[in-house]
Amino acid sequence: MSIRVRYFANLRENMGRDEENLAALGISTVSDVWKAVNDGLSLPDRILCAVNMEFATPDSSVSDGDEVAFFPPITGG
Amino acid sequence: MPISLRTERFNPYDELQYYQAHKMNQAGQYGATVCFLGTMRDFNAGRTVRKMNLEYYPAMTERHLEEIIGEARKRWNLIDALVIHRVGEVFPNDPIVLVAIWSSHRGAAFDACRYILEELKSRAPFWKKETLPQGERWVEQNTDGY
Repeated sequence: MSIRVRYFANLRENMGRDEENLAALGISTVSDVWKAVNDGLSLPDRILCAVNMEFATPDSSVSDGDEVAFFPPITGG
Repeated sequence: MPISLRTERFNPYDELQYYQAHKMNQAGQYGATVCFLGTMRDFNAGRTVRKMNLEYYPAMTERHLEEIIGEARKRWNLIDALVIHRVGEVFPNDPIVLVAIWSSHRGAAFDACRYILEELKSRAPFWKKETLPQGERWVEQNTDGY
């Protein structure tokens, strides 16, 4: 098992990929996920996140098998 | 209470007429129908816009639209609701979003339509990327609705 990490909109372009799998070892929060895929950098305030398709915060807990998504502010409608 | 994401251009007036004629069986019960139609402009933030691409988060977008409609149903006495939203390539003058509400009285219909649209704009994951004569840019935020 692992954590599925997904990126949308300009974040997807900046990361150069739309998703990746991350080993869950040592990961307990959304913030940990971001750091693991961004060389230890902190999650910027303006970036939104979701765990299993529900809005989350950097402190939200993440477990093996979860889907974590990062994206910019929403601009639909 | 259907939600529909469309990859092709839709005609909001045909959609309303068809839905009311074939998908609803409460004729005689609704006294108020309120609908909001959002259409793509050919300008934004001081620039000409030629085209737009609407990205979304499959399953999360639908889930949140359903949640928003569910909240509106708890808050107001509604007979039916229809939400259609475009995804993919959109051109100026194309409809982007249709929110239609049927209720016994106008108060609930107006308020629920506004609520669903404003919540959709802040909680349903959609992102717009514009094509300008000068290149492309992501829309960074929606304009205030109030």
